[in-house]
Amino acid sequence: MGRAVGANVRRKDGDAKVTGAAKYIDDISFPGMIFGATIRSTIPHGEIAARHVKLPGGFVVADYHDIPGKNYVALIDPDQPCLAEHIVRHVAEPILLVGHADRPRLIGLEQQVSFEYLERAPIYDPEASDTCFKRISIDKGDLDRGFAEADVVFEGEYRTGHQEQLYIETNGVIAVPGDEQMTVYGSLQCPYYVHKALVVLLGLPPGRVRVVQTETGGGFGGKEEYPSMLACHAAILARKAGRPVKMIYDRVEDLLATTKRHPSIIRHRTGVTRGGRITAMDVEVVMDGGAYATLSAVVLSRGVIHASGPYRCDHIRIRGRAMLTHTPPNGAFRGFGAPQTQFGIEAHMDRLADEIGIDPVKLRELNALKPGDTTATGQTLGKDASALPVLREAVRRSGFREKRRKWRGTTRGIGLSLFFHGSGFTGGGEVKLASKASLELTARGARILVASTEIGQGTRTMHAQIVADALGVPFDDIDVHEVDTDFVPDSGPTVASRTCTIVGKLLERCARDMRKRLGRLSPADYFKKHGSFTVTSQYEPPPNLLWDDEGYKGDAYGSYAWGCNVVELEVDPATFEVRPINVTAVAEIGKAIHPMMAEGQIEGGTAQGLGYALIEEVVMRDGRMANAQLTNYIIPTPLDAAPMKVVMLERPYAYGPFGAKGVGEMPIDGPAPAVINALRHCGYDVRSIPATPERLMNAPRQKAEGKRQKAG
Amino acid sequence: MIAIINGKRRKLDVHPMKRLLDVLREDCGLTGTKEGCGEGECGACTVLVDGVAVDSCLVPAAQADGCAIVTIEGVARARSGRALQDAFVKLGGAQCGICTPGMIVAALPLKAGASLDEIKTALAGNLCRCTGYLSIFRSVQAGLRPSREALRPTRKTRVKGKRANAR
Repeated sequence: MGRAVGANVRRKDGDAKVTGAAKYIDDISFPGMIFGATIRSTIPHGEIAARHVKLPGGFVVADYHDIPGKNYVALIDPDQPCLAEHIVRHVAEPILLVGHADRPRLIGLEQQVSFEYLERAPIYDPEASDTCFKRISIDKGDLDRGFAEADVVFEGEYRTGHQEQLYIETNGVIAVPGDEQMTVYGSLQCPYYVHKALVVLLGLPPGRVRVVQTETGGGFGGKEEYPSMLACHAAILARKAGRPVKMIYDRVEDLLATTKRHPSIIRHRTGVTRGGRITAMDVEVVMDGGAYATLSAVVLSRGVIHASGPYRCDHIRIRGRAMLTHTPPNGAFRGFGAPQTQFGIEAHMDRLADEIGIDPVKLRELNALKPGDTTATGQTLGKDASALPVLREAVRRSGFREKRRKWRGTTRGIGLSLFFHGSGFTGGGEVKLASKASLELTARGARILVASTEIGQGTRTMHAQIVADALGVPFDDIDVHEVDTDFVPDSGPTVASRTCTIVGKLLERCARDMRKRLGRLSPADYFKKHGSFTVTSQYEPPPNLLWDDEGYKGDAYGSYAWGCNVVELEVDPATFEVRPINVTAVAEIGKAIHPMMAEGQIEGGTAQGLGYALIEEVVMRDGRMANAQLTNYIIPTPLDAAPMKVVMLERPYAYGPFGAKGVGEMPIDGPAPAVINALRHCGYDVRSIPATPERLMNAPRQKAEGKRQKAG
Repeated sequence: MIAIINGKRRKLDVHPMKRLLDVLREDCGLTGTKEGCGEGECGACTVLVDGVAVDSCLVPAAQADGCAIVTIEGVARARSGRALQDAFVKLGGAQCGICTPGMIVAALPLKAGASLDEIKTALAGNLCRCTGYLSIFRSVQAGLRPSREALRPTRKTRVKGKRANAR
């Protein structure tokens, strides 16, 4: 058993990608295809008073009147129009679509298309907003009692900024119209989200809408919900033009208009004994949702569930809210709320350790969640709970204690963060999704049919490994069907670290069922004798997994992955530039199906987290991203790449395929607080990210404004 | 314009200010070269012009007239190019793949045995959002030393084991 699982097999999409043969959306065209562009609002909030459109022949123009079905992007709340009718709520809100056969003719249309507005006052501060998309409360134990048991009560406020996913391939789709039907090809993560949005927009029966994923040049959550909007636009134009329409954003438009990570404000009030035991945690989480609901409610949900960190405490109160502001909607980005809230708790833990004069490792050891402990939602953890093992491994591997001592008072600092990440949809989410996966017998093995997309993380390869071993055939005999809603079942979206642990498990079940039906025959022999057949399995929750969505209590996730980061860095005292010089990333992920690709997720996610911590800053000016280009929205380059030591631990999850948990998102939860804690070690008191040189220059050089008071 | 593209002489009737990137993709059908930003920041459109790595989104066709151009589609014509491609597959240098053609082309002029600093400098103009670059460095290092030993895929990654790191 286990020839493919655990081995670094050759990835299925590798050869096409290194030879330039892989076809991304902009590499594809159709006969008669024209190009589409979007005309957007230039103000953050107001009423459209007049539309001036003076375009010569040859242009196709469409607005909300051209929508045959409902004018909203179907996702969670029906609040976001596909094309604005009378009101605009943010800069770059789509109003009008223009198509032309000659691509360059779509550049610089501002002269010929313009709008008059009656402007309204915009709101940019989420705490000043009177519109709340979602409120969530988590209550555990008795907070007053918890604070009464404390010797010290300590407070802090932490802030995080926007972050752009910055996939290197911008958003793009092609819509191909047919007779009462529509096909959309695109760079996307969630084909069935796009499918649902098109069905609602076009008013067509589901069977008349088809969505096909093309090779996708990165997603990171940025292609979770936005492609639905773009697909709707292309479909409207295609329907009107009666021709295929290609819409590819350039980088500036992609940065201006598409979703980013929610900025947040996190406030902690914590009760702790002199000995370092945490007795009470009171946490407030405010997320800036932007102008429409999109996925804010779910981002907030994951955020609040992770807000008390991987720590045991009997008395917890968490209050979260996602608020409307007049900026482009924020949405999914790797980590999905957890990087923000775990930045808050982990920065707070080091300040708390300072406050009571205890070592930050010791404080974490004293409070880390262990098997049998309960989380904030009251979930009892199984024996794979690994906060302590990852912490100890990271401390040992990095030489944390010695460097901490040696570097004090120098320009070098070392800091750590301890974190966890729930795999799969939150609470009852997976039950509601009821995902399906199928496996079809072929002449030499089997073909995988799932809607899970390959976006670089290795979906096709990892799924084929699981099926190969569960079916008992060589890895090369497993094919993967292209993601096309006409052929593959709805396996749910490719998000939430669920592609391996949830969809992979469905495939494992399919393969075992297929194995049973084959009896003693090989797939080839069975195929020759009886022909092909298909096995389908549907999600069933692990036994005893209970969730109460009203009270926000119970088993929030089937399993958690656990991580600890140690960041070593150097501050230039003249320029306040920060250079990470070494990173240790320990991750407990159940089972690494493909160790090299799992390591790739950890290295890549950690690098993205270092960018989030230090250099990636979205500058909003009057509701508009002022640095909407790669010249001044900067991400780590090869010269910024810090050496990294990745260590993977495996404590199998009983209901994951071969024991696997989720791995994709967790790596971005830890780097930012580890950086901030390393800066604190250098003497810089920074509580918001990104910790740019400007912010560092103005940071207090001694510690803590946090209030200290005797409880009781 | 007349150019030698991937070893073949091509005569193309294009506007002299058309971006070389568009000439390659639209007029030559060589879609392996990608556009990531259109302003010379990301390097996804890197090609070799007379042996020098350039961002083809910033080069007007007229400037490439009479030059020898190598795109990702022509990389495999040299053994060293094939070795780099293979290493990117085996050592995880390619994830989503959109930066990969530019990365491989940018690494092509490097000499066998180039140091890590030389590799970083050669790739400094190429952005990747998936890998954090370390697996790309490992791929280039191995690709430049195409011995069987260097390309064994399991060599560097073991769960909970000591492993060599790019530094």
